[in-house]
Parts: sequence; structure tokens; C-alpha cells
Amino acid sequence: MMKNSLSLQTISRIAVFIILLFSVYFLFAGHNNPGGGFIGGLMAASALVLLYLSFGTKKINKVIRINFPYLIATGLLIAMATGVISVIFGYPFLTQFYEYFHFPLLGKAGLATALLFDAGVFLVVIGVTILVILTIAEDDD
Amino acid sequence: MSILHIAILAPFIFAIFIPLFYKYLPRIHTGWFVLVLPTLLFIYLIRMLPTISKGEVITKQFEWVPSLGINFNVYIDGLGLLFALLITGIGALVVLYSIYYLGKKGEALHNFYVYLLMFMGAMLGVVLSGNLMVLYVFWELTSLASALLIGYWYHRKKSRDGALKSMLVTVMGGFAMLAGFSFLYVITGTFNIQEIIANADVVAASSLFIPAMLLILLGAFTKSAQFPFHIWLPDAMEAPTPVSAYLHSATMVKAGIYLVARMSPVFAGAAEWFWLVAGLGIFTLLWGSFNAVRQTDLKSILAYSTISQLGMIMSLLGLGSASAYYGYEDYYVIATYAAIFHLINHSTFKGSLFMVVGIIDHETGTRDIRKLGGLITLMPITFTLSIIGAFSMAGIYPFNGFLSKEMFFTGLLHSLDITQFNMQSLAFLFPVIGWIASVFTFIYSMIIVFKTFTGKYQPEKLDKKPHEAPIGMLVPPIILAALVVVFGFFPGLLEHTIIDPAVHAIHPAALAAGEHFGIHIYPWHGWDAPELWMTIGVIALGVIMYLTLTKWQKIYEFLRLHKKDPINYIYDYLLDGVIRFAKKVTSMQMTGLLRDYLAFMFIFVIAIVLYSVIRYDVFSIDTGNMEGIPFYFWIIAFVFAAATITVPFIQYRVAAIIAVGIVGYLVALFFVIFRAPDLALTQLLVETVTTTLFLLCFYHLPELRKERSKPKFKLTNLIIAIGVGATVTITALSTLVARGHRPFEAISEYHLENSYKLAGGDNVVNVILVDFRGFDTFLEILVLGIASLGLYSLIKFRVKGRDSI
Amino acid sequence: MEILMVLLVGLIFTVATYLVLTKSLLRVVLGLVLFSHGAHTLILTMGGLGTGDAPILGASETYTDPLPQALILTAIVISFGVTAFLLVMAYRTYKVHKTDDLDQLRGSSDE
Repeated sequence: MMKNSLSLQTISRIAVFIILLFSVYFLFAGHNNPGGGFIGGLMAASALVLLYLSFGTKKINKVIRINFPYLIATGLLIAMATGVISVIFGYPFLTQFYEYFHFPLLGKAGLATALLFDAGVFLVVIGVTILVILTIAEDDD
Repeated sequence: MSILHIAILAPFIFAIFIPLFYKYLPRIHTGWFVLVLPTLLFIYLIRMLPTISKGEVITKQFEWVPSLGINFNVYIDGLGLLFALLITGIGALVVLYSIYYLGKKGEALHNFYVYLLMFMGAMLGVVLSGNLMVLYVFWELTSLASALLIGYWYHRKKSRDGALKSMLVTVMGGFAMLAGFSFLYVITGTFNIQEIIANADVVAASSLFIPAMLLILLGAFTKSAQFPFHIWLPDAMEAPTPVSAYLHSATMVKAGIYLVARMSPVFAGAAEWFWLVAGLGIFTLLWGSFNAVRQTDLKSILAYSTISQLGMIMSLLGLGSASAYYGYEDYYVIATYAAIFHLINHSTFKGSLFMVVGIIDHETGTRDIRKLGGLITLMPITFTLSIIGAFSMAGIYPFNGFLSKEMFFTGLLHSLDITQFNMQSLAFLFPVIGWIASVFTFIYSMIIVFKTFTGKYQPEKLDKKPHEAPIGMLVPPIILAALVVVFGFFPGLLEHTIIDPAVHAIHPAALAAGEHFGIHIYPWHGWDAPELWMTIGVIALGVIMYLTLTKWQKIYEFLRLHKKDPINYIYDYLLDGVIRFAKKVTSMQMTGLLRDYLAFMFIFVIAIVLYSVIRYDVFSIDTGNMEGIPFYFWIIAFVFAAATITVPFIQYRVAAIIAVGIVGYLVALFFVIFRAPDLALTQLLVETVTTTLFLLCFYHLPELRKERSKPKFKLTNLIIAIGVGATVTITALSTLVARGHRPFEAISEYHLENSYKLAGGDNVVNVILVDFRGFDTFLEILVLGIASLGLYSLIKFRVKGRDSI
Repeated sequence: MEILMVLLVGLIFTVATYLVLTKSLLRVVLGLVLFSHGAHTLILTMGGLGTGDAPILGASETYTDPLPQALILTAIVISFGVTAFLLVMAYRTYKVHKTDDLDQLRGSSDE
């Protein structure tokens, strides 16, 4: 994909983890602050893209052994499961619930099934983005 | 959902398992499994016969689309049960027959039996449904199953053409019928057949009475192969013979008869109904029998014979409808009675004849009477069966066909006394045409028997060495032939049990509960009865004409009938015309150039939007809000405009990507300025990923070329482009003004108020996405997933396309 | 403010339309990207500009309309999917047919 560049690789090593951390933060913060599954997913995907760009697809494929079509399917299943669960309890499809809990150390925090739904979105977005880019990048004829 | 509903749907459910039987139990012929179902259904249905014979009806409700009045109501009366028994009874025999007719090897049995079961279920649905819409759905399913079965040997062109023709003709009629049903709904406000019958006087008073009748009759006539829609039936003989015996003689083609009988209480008494049903019926009788004589293929003879017999039943129903004027006296009801009786008889003798022809075809390899002859010693049982079937069809004592033909003559003669509908001057036509047609019926019946079984045996013209059929193939026609004889000697078996309730369903006003018609079927009318002499005349003239066949057969060439049915010229002309017209239109608009398609769409959008803007005079602009734009925003706007405008002029791909990227990032900046943090973040990230993707792809793609198009082409594009831009601008500006006084409150208020209360989230945009509009988001990620899998397979599992274009 | 934005939207639609009408496959893809930018900006503008704070509850009394934002967010992601799909189609088409000229890519006339 690209000629190895030492400075890029060095920076990527650090940057990728920071971006990934941010993406998880965005996913969890999404309900009350800017963020959410889409943003988190895209951010995580761009972190991975950066990895692929700086180290090359072959090398990274050895490290990250994720089957991205499966990842998309998993995300879709999680999103659907939150909907189906509400159907099982007799509510319309995709009814979301939330409750406030007291956590040790963290204090009071809200937990919503919507977060689970957003996590599904998160996985789908990562899967789609990386799948698209890898498909092109690895097509070498 | 009652057991009755399940019984009707059982064939469909059972059909699902057929491919499994076929695949996992290849040793056993799939037909044996199928055979179970019609047999059970027949037993189940015949147990209802005592109830129905008492004049009662069985109904079961099931709500399907109650808001539209479409309910799957099962309604079983004499008429429905009679048909249901025919469908399941003959169905069982046909399945048994097909087991021996279609070999295990080389036949797609799973397809065949799935279609056959689909037909069986659909046909049961037609005759047992109490709701017109449900009837229509099943009606179209029978057309579909019929076309699939005709095209069963789809590698033959004739089969495909025959399937297409039957589909086009019957589905056209089906659509017309749907319109007719809708008219009835408009008049009465219900699709329930019994409620419509109860409101028959309302229907008769309506201005839609005649259109509804014509449309419904169109459906019935196309299905029952009445002139001039009969042309599909001879071509349908390309189907395997069990199918011809089942669909195209005993059951499906009688659906039209069923519909006419079923709708009789609504329309009987109208002159149009009488003349269309009786007149067209009797003409079809003549046309069919006259054309049957010139055929050389046994199945074609039977096809035209079926057409003519259907015409006969149809004309009897028409004549019977006149009884509405005479208080349903038995004197006139006898025509309807004869119709039902002949319907039963026809199913028995025609079914057995088709099976006999199938046996001949199967054992000799041909159905051409010019090649056949002298089979009497080789196939004695088949010969006996064909004698019974053909003599019954010809109307010879002591078979059941004789009784119904006598009754047919009685009905025709009684019609002479009808004084309505201008019958005083025209009534004589019915007995005359009916008698002439009977002579031809006699002739072709003789042809079937004697050209095949007597005369010179010509083994050199046959592909196989003929011998008697296997016993399994003989059993079904033997059962049918036995019925021919039994009904011939004991017609009383049918009178009160099934014919009375069936006729009662056609003329509900004719009988009180528990009564019977004073009509009896008997073979001897006395020496002074004209029916006897008519029959003797038919036989005498028939024998003479059969013996002199070669001398007068030239008349067909003289009438230009010897090549194909003249109606077929019209059909071919119309079909060709439609195809040519379609090709012309297609080649005009389908240029294969993306630009043209888009240009059509854009021009259409511009035209329709600008038209509404001018027509309703909605253009307005509020220049007031141009004030107070900060200076930095002017700069952003300028850069945005500049980047946008440069894109079409750029020759280098990287530069183009950068220019489009600038536009994208500026959009993100807009989102920041206008307080949409989520959007800004998303846009930034998407822009980044998209740019990466662009770079990846463009790495493999060529440089952008300078456009080499003609100036005229460019100018047209420019005009369309400016048109689109102007349309968007005008619409948006007008909307901005209209926004100030919207007639309803925005739903956003609800979202803002309830975001925390109901969903426990502060970020309203995110709450809308995951909670309020969660379904949208779910489908959106589904779309994303599909798109990515689509392009994944586009690259990874590529199909080798055409290399040269 | 809104009028300026609408004029920019009109401009972007004009350019995008011109691009998709050209015979170069790549320009068509670029045109579609511009189309989606135009559509997003249009929806945002129609929702009203600068009437309040970002729709994160608790910060102030008046907020901007959150519904257009939710719509746009969906639209951005979908248009990303569509763009990616088209881009790959264009890429595949070029690989197979060795041209990006739509005039040469049209099927034969008897189809």
C-alpha cells in the first residue's frame, strides 16, 4: 500500500491507541454528550486505517485477525437483539429502557439499552469501513 | 382458522415437502406421496355430502384484511362441494395415473407435483371461497399453475408458447374480472358473495351493472375457453397428458362455468347476460365441434371437443337464467339442471378419454390418427375404455352422456317458449345449432375410436412396439369409465344428493329449504318425444357423414380453416404488435448512456417543480435575513464557492480529490458554526475515510481527461445543471419564507422535551437516532452492511464479465 | 444568513448536476459526492440556522432543531456507503473494460 516510513510508523503506534481510546469514549459518551455509535465507529475505523497505511496490509493482517463480514453481522445482531428483547417483554420492537445505578467509585450513572444498540452500530460502522478499504487495497490485479 | 381453511391450504403446505421427498427418497416415485393428499381431502369432503344434500350450507369465517372487507370465508354449498369433489376426486386419479405416465428418470417430478398441488389448492380456494377477492387471488394462482404445467417441458418451444398464450389470455380475463368485482364492491360495499346476492336488486339498479357483468363474463369466458378466447386451450395440450386430463378438461377450464353459475343469482334475468352466456355458449359449441373434426392429433381433437362441451354447458346456464322470468318453474330450470348434470358427466368421460389418449401416446409414441390404426387387438382394454368414453360423449345409450344430451335437447326445446329477450324470432336458432353441433360431436367421437383402433395397423410408422398399458395406468380411466356406466344406468344417484343443491345454489329463489326439484333424469321420453327423434337424427346423419368424411372434408380448406384457427391470426398479430411497439419505445429511451437517463430525470424534476411554483404562485424571498452576516463567514462562503466551481475544470485526479475534500471539510465547518457538534464530528471522520478511499481507488484509475464532447452537448448539460440549481434555490428560498407560518407544531419540541424524561439522554440527536427513530438507524446500518458486502463480493468473487464490448 | 447558504447550495447543486452529466465515470462519482454535500447543507439550512445552542440538554434554554441534525447524520453515513459502493463499481468497471468513458461503456443497441 505504501512505502514504509519510520516516522509515520512511530507516530502511528502512539496515535492509534489514543484514537481508539477516544472512539470508545465517544461511544459511551454519546448519550449525553456529542458522540455515539457512528462517530465512535468511524473514529475507530480511521485508527485502523492509519495502522494499515503505515505498516501495510500484510503485516497488520497478521496482527488483527478479525473477519470483518462477521463483525458486521455481529453488530447487526446486537442491534436487532435489543429490539427483539423488548418484543419478548411485550413492548414494540426497539423500545429502549434506561435505569440509573450507583457504581462504586464512579457514582451515579445512567445505563440504557440504547447504549447496547449504539454498540451494534459501532461494530457495523467499523466493519463496513475497514472492509471497504481493505477490499480495494488488497485487490492487486 | 378452521379445519376447512387448513384443508384448502393443505396442498400448498404439502407442496413444501415435495422437493424433500424427491431428493431424499429417490427410490419411491414422488407421486405416491402426493396421492395421499387428494385422497384424504376427497374423503373429508364427501363426508359433508349428506349435510349439503339436505340443502344446508357450511360456512367458516377467517378475517384476513377486515379493513378492506377481504376475509377468507369458506362457504360450501352444493355448487362448491360438487366442484371440490371433482377437484379432489379426479385429482387423486390423475396423480395415480401420472405415477405411471411420468417415469422416475429424466423427469423433474418435484417441479411437476409442486405445480400440481399448487393448482389443486388454488382451485379448491376458488370454488370454496365466499369472498370475491379471495376467489380472485386463487383464480390467478390457477392461471399461474396452469401456465407452469403447460410449460413443464420447457425445452420445447411449443410448450413455452402455449404457456405464454394461456397465461396472457387467462390473466387478461382475470384482470377484467378483478375490475368487475371491484365494481360490485363499489355498488354493494362488500366482497362477500352471499351479501352481494342478497343485494341483487341494488346491483341491478346500478349504472355499473352492465360494466360489472361484462368484465366478470370476460374473466369467465377466457378461463372456460369460450369463443373467441378458446385459442389457448388447443395450445395448452403441450402439457403432459395427466395435466390435460386434470386442468384442461375436468377442473380449471370449468372455473369459468363455476363463476357464471356462482354469479347467476346476481345477473340472471338481464337480457345481456342471457344472450352473452347462452349465445356465445352455443356458438362455441358449434365452433368447437366443427373444428374438432378437422384435427389429426388426438389431443387436439379432445381440446376442441372440450371447448365445444364447455360451450354447451355455458349455453345451458344461459338458457336456465331465463327461468328468473317464470318464477323458476321446473320447465325452464331444466336447462340449468342439464348443465350441472353434463358438467359431472363431462368430467368423467372426458377425463377417461384423455387418459386413454395418454396411454396410446405413451405406448405407441404418437397421437397422430394418420399413423395410428388397428390397435384393437393389441390394446383391448384401452379400446373398451375409449368406446365407453367416446360413445358417452357422442350421446349414445346407455352411457351418462346420452342422458345429459337428451336433457340438453329438452332445455333447447323448452327455450322455444321463452318470450323475453327477443326470443320470439330467434329462439329456433338454439335447437338448430345445438343439433348440428351434436352431429359433429358424434363424428369426432367416432374418429377418436375407430381411426385409432380399427383400420390398418401401420407398425412401420410407430416409434415403439405397442402393447397394453401397465395396470396402474389403466386403473384411473377404468374407474372413470365405470362411473360413466353407473351414472348412465342410475342417474338417480346424483339427482337429490348433489345436483339439486348445486342447482339450488344457482337459483336460490327456486326452492324452499328441504324441497326438491320436480326434475328427474330418465332415458325414455316416449315415442312422441322430439328428443328421441333428435338423437336418432344425430346418429343417422353422423354415421353417414363419418363414412363420407374424406369427400366433404375439403370444406375446411375452402373455409381456410385447415392451417390454424383464424382467431390465432388476430392473437399473433396483436402479440407481435405489442412486442414491436415495446421495442420501439424502449429503443427510444433506453440509450444505454447514463447521461441520457439522468437528463430525463432532471428535466422532469425541473418541469414538475417549476410548474407547481408558477401554478400556485409560491415564490417569495425574504431579503431581511441577509443582514448581520459576520465577515469571517463571507470568507468561508467564498472559499466554498471557489472550491466548488473549480471541480469541473480540474484535470488532475489528486487536485480534484482535494477540491472535493475542501468542500467536505467546509461543510463540517458549517456544522460547527451552526451548532451541530455530532454532525461536525461525523462529517470530519467520513471525509477523512472517503478521501482515503478516493486516493486508493484513483491510484488505479486514469487521469481525468479533458472533456472532448461537442459544445452542443456541453451547453445542454450546462442548461440542465443551471436549471437544477435554480430549482433548488427557488424552492429553498420559498420554503424559508413559508417556514415562519407553518400550520402545525414541529415534532422537535417533543424530542427536546422528552429526550431526558423518556430516554434518559442529554444528547437529543443521539437519542433520536438510537431511541425515537431507532428503527431508521437499524435499517440504515443494515443498508451499510449490505452495501459493503455487495462491494466485497464485487471484488472478491468476481464473475468474468464479457471481455469485449 | 440563510439566503447566502441557499445560494451556496444552489451553486453546489449546479456543479454536481453538471458533473454527473459528463461522460467521465470519475466525474460522475465526484458529482455524487458534491450532491450529498449539497443535500446535507440544504437540510441544515432549512432547519434554521443559529437559533440556539447545540441540542445537548442542560446547557441553555433554547436549542437548535435536533431533528434535521439526526436526519443529516443518517444521511452522511448512508451517502458514505453509497459513495464507497459507487467508487468501487467505477474501479471495477475500469479494471474490466479499461475505459472510464461512459460513451464507450454503453451496451450494444439490440439489448
